[in-house]
Amino acid sequence: MAQAQATTVEAEPASPGPILEVSGLTKHFPVRSGLLGNKQWVKAVDGIDFEVAPGEALGLVGESGCGKTTTGRMLVRLLEATAGTIKFEGRDITRLDGAKLRKLRQDIQIIFQDPYSSLNPRHTVGKIIATPFTVNGIDPPGGVKKRVQELLETVGLNPEHYNRFPHEFSGGQRQRIGIARSLALRPKLIIADEPVSALDVSIQAQVINLLRRLQREFNLSFVFIAHDLSVVRHFCDRIAVMYLGKVVEIGDRTQIYERPSHPYTKALLSAVPDVSRLGREHAGRIKLEGDVPTPLNPPSGCRFRTRCWKAQDVCATTEPPLAPTPTGGVAACHFPENGDAQTTTEETAATA
Amino acid sequence: MSDVDKSSATPHTEDTSGPQTSDMPGVEPVLVADMDEEPTTAGVGKPASEIVGRSPMQLAWLRLKRDRTAKVTGALIVLMLVAAYGAPLWALVYGYDAYDQNPDKLDGSAIPLGVLGGVSSEHWLGVVPGNGQDVLMTLLYGIRTSVSIAIVSAIVVVAIGAVIGAVSGYVGGWVDAVISWFIDVMLSFPFLIFALAIVPIVTNLILGGPGARPLWLSSTMLIVTFMVFFWMNTARLVRGQVLSLREREFVEAARASGAGLGHIVFKQLLPNVWAPILVSFSLMVPALVASEAYLAFLGIGVGEPHPDLGRLVSLAVGGVKAQQVGAWFLMMLSGGTILLLVLTFNMFGDAVRDALNPKSHK
Ligand SMILES: Nc1ncnc2c1ncn2[C@@H]1O[C@H](COP(=O)(O)OP(=O)(O)OP(=O)(O)O)[C@@H](O)[C@H]1O
Ligand code: SF4
Ligand SMILES: [Mg+2]
Repeated sequence: MAQAQATTVEAEPASPGPILEVSGLTKHFPVRSGLLGNKQWVKAVDGIDFEVAPGEALGLVGESGCGKTTTGRMLVRLLEATAGTIKFEGRDITRLDGAKLRKLRQDIQIIFQDPYSSLNPRHTVGKIIATPFTVNGIDPPGGVKKRVQELLETVGLNPEHYNRFPHEFSGGQRQRIGIARSLALRPKLIIADEPVSALDVSIQAQVINLLRRLQREFNLSFVFIAHDLSVVRHFCDRIAVMYLGKVVEIGDRTQIYERPSHPYTKALLSAVPDVSRLGREHAGRIKLEGDVPTPLNPPSGCRFRTRCWKAQDVCATTEPPLAPTPTGGVAACHFPENGDAQTTTEETAATA
Repeated sequence: MSDVDKSSATPHTEDTSGPQTSDMPGVEPVLVADMDEEPTTAGVGKPASEIVGRSPMQLAWLRLKRDRTAKVTGALIVLMLVAAYGAPLWALVYGYDAYDQNPDKLDGSAIPLGVLGGVSSEHWLGVVPGNGQDVLMTLLYGIRTSVSIAIVSAIVVVAIGAVIGAVSGYVGGWVDAVISWFIDVMLSFPFLIFALAIVPIVTNLILGGPGARPLWLSSTMLIVTFMVFFWMNTARLVRGQVLSLREREFVEAARASGAGLGHIVFKQLLPNVWAPILVSFSLMVPALVASEAYLAFLGIGVGEPHPDLGRLVSLAVGGVKAQQVGAWFLMMLSGGTILLLVLTFNMFGDAVRDALNPKSHK
């Protein structure tokens, strides 16, 4: 699927400011260790900033446990942020509650990763997709049933299957049901939390294509979460790479894929088979050593330093800020890739 | 393969597909195994495709229908209920109603005349000492009283427990902490002492003095008492189930669409815990039958002249103590009826539990 022709979704030239603006967003989960229960904090998300323009799809990429889901849930207000702000259409929504929050929920929706646990097994498909109407007391023109059937059609399912239960559908079909539900209230922004990672590769392409069609059709903005760069490649205009609760690099697609600045981005890219071809002829694959450190006690300075082949003393003492790099990207690294440095990279990195 | 490759989200998929299997009848192994065990059923050769598509409820029903204990106890329950609830009808045929007093069958000190407490062709199981009511009819009416109170109370108790448990498990935090603490307090509360102390006082307050307790009042008192003291186990059970359910993404999806607590508890969570709720109910009924008899035995159940099994036992025990002839027979009859009721309901409840939860061992 990754080879499919990359049609660029036209970025609107005169955009009226970002639809979503995130700054300093932080989530620390309290955990008690031991019987005495001295409180520690899991720094799941530790101060991240990014923006999403109207109609744009931003990819949020990183290894398991780096805080992508936590970020996504804060954006749809399923989790309370510890600090930082989320602005939607210029309005601070970080602490919205009550009726205002309910109203906001119509604009920002979420698609979940797991098509099995995201649908109530006791509800029919019709009831599942109608839930957003029922709980908000909305009576769409033509009635709920008609609207639900339209939605089923929109996502490529048979509207006659209205009365079936989720277990009668395949994973891909279930994910489509989840997508239909997220579209019900005509949101402006959709957070898609690894919407295809639980699906077969052959089905992933279909679902991605569906999402792209919907994005064009309804001019949706997306935050598309994925754990590797191959899935977001043809979907996202811009990509933010996360590592251990931080955004380590952010930039537009071409820059990220062709001129990655951060060593971690490079490592992620080399794990994508068809992208390694893009570099030089014998570009090797970078094998990251060791495991991701625990977010309970992240490394000092640069969080990536325990696995970085370029790490030097300064990396342990000073945290690199997100800053423009020679390759035209924005990355948090003291020694960003500069295009020529690739040779050095390959020499030091274990190749496979 | 690099470490980065490993960052797939398999743990997510795994831990949710576990519980999911119970929702997918197609992968229900027990049904097939059951069929093999019972070569007489025509189901042996049934193709797997017929099993696919059945809801868990239908599967449980199938298992229940194949369970011998369930069949026997179920039939017995139906028989007892028909006998008990049709009692006013049978009385027409039999000639005596439970409320008819037959002083002519008693001697001067109100003790039944004749063998075994007055057994005769008219009164098949004798008459009750004191007022001469027919024992057979009293037993049938007694079953009716007892089962009615038990079932109504069980519905109320289980509903309260389920809602409290679901709210506690879903909301979590301090609400959960307070509810859990309250459950512990209620479980360690001396139920009998409370009932013995409070019920008569409240009854007197309502009636404005001692006197005959009308049936509605004593029934209500019993139901309220059970309501206060029996919801805890259901609450705990449902809370545990909800704790694992609330992490499921469909709950989050409902929240993300703007659903409030009521929708989530009643529409999203409770429909997914009907199995433990049903088990809770079917085991609650016998527990309440026994408790009702117990309270009546201690004198705070349904009052005279309304037939009640517990009170009958108490009467018989008094008779045995006073060495009345034939009182032991009445004691065995009334005690045995209670035993039979509790036992059959309990065994049936166990069968329901096994049918709904095939992984549990008998
Ligand atoms: N409720 C919680 N309490 C404590 N720690 C949590 C909680 N939720 C998440 N975490 C921790 O926060 C970190 C980030 O989790 P998150 O689910 O956001 O990662 P992710 O990037 O979505 O990973 P994955 O690719 O596995 O979905 C992890 O270390 C996780 O263990
Ligand atoms: S700051 Fe240092 S450790 Fe961190 S990514 Fe850059 S070179 Fe590696
Ligand atoms: Mg995640």
